[in-house]
Amino acid sequence: MEQAPFEGRDLNPILQDIGLAIHPPLLYLGYVGFSIAFSFAIAALIEGRIDAAWARWVRPWTLAAWMFLTAGIAMGSYWAYYELGWGGFWFWDPVENASLMPWLAGTALLHSAVVMEKRNALKIWTLLLAILAFSLSLIGTFLVRSGVLTSVHTFANDPARGVFILAILVVFIGGGLALFAWRAPLLKQGGLFAPISREGALVLNNLFLTTACLTVLVGTLYPLALEALTGEKISVGAPFFNLTFAPLFIPLMFAMPFGPLMAWKRGDILGAAQRLTVAFGAGIVAVAATFAVASQGSAWLAPFGIGLAFFVMMGAVTDIVERVGLFREPLSTVRRRGSGLPRSVWGTALAHFGVGVTLLGIVSVATWASERIVALKPSQTISLAGYDLTFDGLAQRAGPNYREAVARFTVREAGIPVGLMEPSKRDFASRTTTTTEAALMTRGVSQLYLSLGDTSGDGSISVRLYYKPNVLLIWLGAVAMAIGGGLSLSDRRLRVGAPKPAAKPAMLPAE
Amino acid sequence: MRRWAFVILIFALSIAGPVRAVQPDEVLKDATLEARARNLSRELRCMVCQNQSIDDSEAPLARDLRLLVRERLTKGDSDQQVLDFLVARYGEFVLLKPPFERHTLLLWGLPPLVLMGGLLGLWMRARRHSSPHQAPDALSEEEQRRLSTLVDPAARDH
Repeated sequence: MEQAPFEGRDLNPILQDIGLAIHPPLLYLGYVGFSIAFSFAIAALIEGRIDAAWARWVRPWTLAAWMFLTAGIAMGSYWAYYELGWGGFWFWDPVENASLMPWLAGTALLHSAVVMEKRNALKIWTLLLAILAFSLSLIGTFLVRSGVLTSVHTFANDPARGVFILAILVVFIGGGLALFAWRAPLLKQGGLFAPISREGALVLNNLFLTTACLTVLVGTLYPLALEALTGEKISVGAPFFNLTFAPLFIPLMFAMPFGPLMAWKRGDILGAAQRLTVAFGAGIVAVAATFAVASQGSAWLAPFGIGLAFFVMMGAVTDIVERVGLFREPLSTVRRRGSGLPRSVWGTALAHFGVGVTLLGIVSVATWASERIVALKPSQTISLAGYDLTFDGLAQRAGPNYREAVARFTVREAGIPVGLMEPSKRDFASRTTTTTEAALMTRGVSQLYLSLGDTSGDGSISVRLYYKPNVLLIWLGAVAMAIGGGLSLSDRRLRVGAPKPAAKPAMLPAE
Repeated sequence: MRRWAFVILIFALSIAGPVRAVQPDEVLKDATLEARARNLSRELRCMVCQNQSIDDSEAPLARDLRLLVRERLTKGDSDQQVLDFLVARYGEFVLLKPPFERHTLLLWGLPPLVLMGGLLGLWMRARRHSSPHQAPDALSEEEQRRLSTLVDPAARDH
């Protein structure tokens, strides 16, 4: 460009949003954080020495990266939900997949590093995961920024930059994996364990998570590879991923509450199941209740999804209850044990609880979300899920760099007004584009979602109204996971040079 | 300059703009038929968009396809017939869930294959470790002698 234009075109309007401003930095902290685990892995391979201390050093970095990645994915998902205007929270878009792959690998890494730290086993596998988590972050960068894939997220890409990223990719991934292939067989394996044990449960977790990660990778790259090899064009979209992900995640989530309840080295699955009786009960009650309430021929899978979510949540609670001896021991013992419990145990329980919460949200929305698409004239009313929305009229407003037409709706529940919803359409003069701003109304953890369409000659405006039951749980669960990671990160054993807790406060410094 | 043209093109394409997707005038009177149409729309790709289904997209082509799907359904086509019709017209690219065929064998097959392989590997490993083969060998005569010297200090004098 020889001459700079007099006036720029502004940032793409759908990117002018605080939700957008926050989520990429969080994601990048996650991606970059995995580079530290990667460096540790390379160092271990070069030195040819790896032990439990290595796992302890890597853990805080992995946890921090994982936390940021979790928060970033959740923020990004919420941004897409309210900004892209059709109320979806996950599109299986290549850019989303690019963040999901390192997340899956990172989650697997977190769990296998635990085994390595405590039991000195799974060393080579953990190294491989550390290399893969960062490699997948790099692959994601390449896919997103080189323009080889089309995505609703491609806001800026450039083939020249793609070649550069590809070169980095080859050096890091190729170098890392080559070093791994050369040096890993020389490392000593250690720590035997029975298949039914905490290690065994964590290995199973790793198997499912890495398979899920592979599914995403294959699904994202397959169309590209097929076209390059045979010229055939196919699409791999949401229906494929939904179908392949469920069979992988259902067993994973079912096994999740068992893991923390099993002993290291040799566990007792019947004992664990016995201690999970309450959780099983909660799950079964949830299944039955869902069947009873949702009689209107909804998918038969939904009640089991809800049941599984309650099982997972109660399973996490059971872990804590068992450890502190609640309902078994006197309250003073419970309190003492509770305060003595390592923070990583609380973190695990909270994060696992969050998985259940997210699942509950996803199943609810997938099954019971309802929508109305109608053309409305002023003072007409639409009803959905017990709410009545009256269209009061359109008004014009000026924003900092746009003009907007705001439609005002009064929301009533059982005749009583509960608030206003003001979806709008914005005109950005500098880019001559229009965007729709959806209006959201939160009722408990559910939301009403209203977005505007075209206005027609007779003064009516087309609107899409959705009711999203329990939708906020999807992100609240993710927040719980991230906070769980933070709690785990603040665990005493990960603090550098943290002294043993003293019985009495140490001497006061001289004043 | 060409590079910039490309960047601007991508920008222009990427402006999702007002996402309207299904319009009120498209909705069919028959609720079950409409539900089928919506389900089908989610399986079909809007071919001029960036990875969106025709259900989500506001592009004119997506609207045409949505109307086409509804037209076929009202004429009494089954869901599969509608899909077949669109594939015949636009190629397999239109399906967001590719069919299970020879060229998609790896796509569908790899995840279950890896999972099964992994489970099999774990099972074999578990069997190997639990076999009686693992029991340590009996001590040799030499080891026995060394052990007894260690255990019984009196034997050291011999």
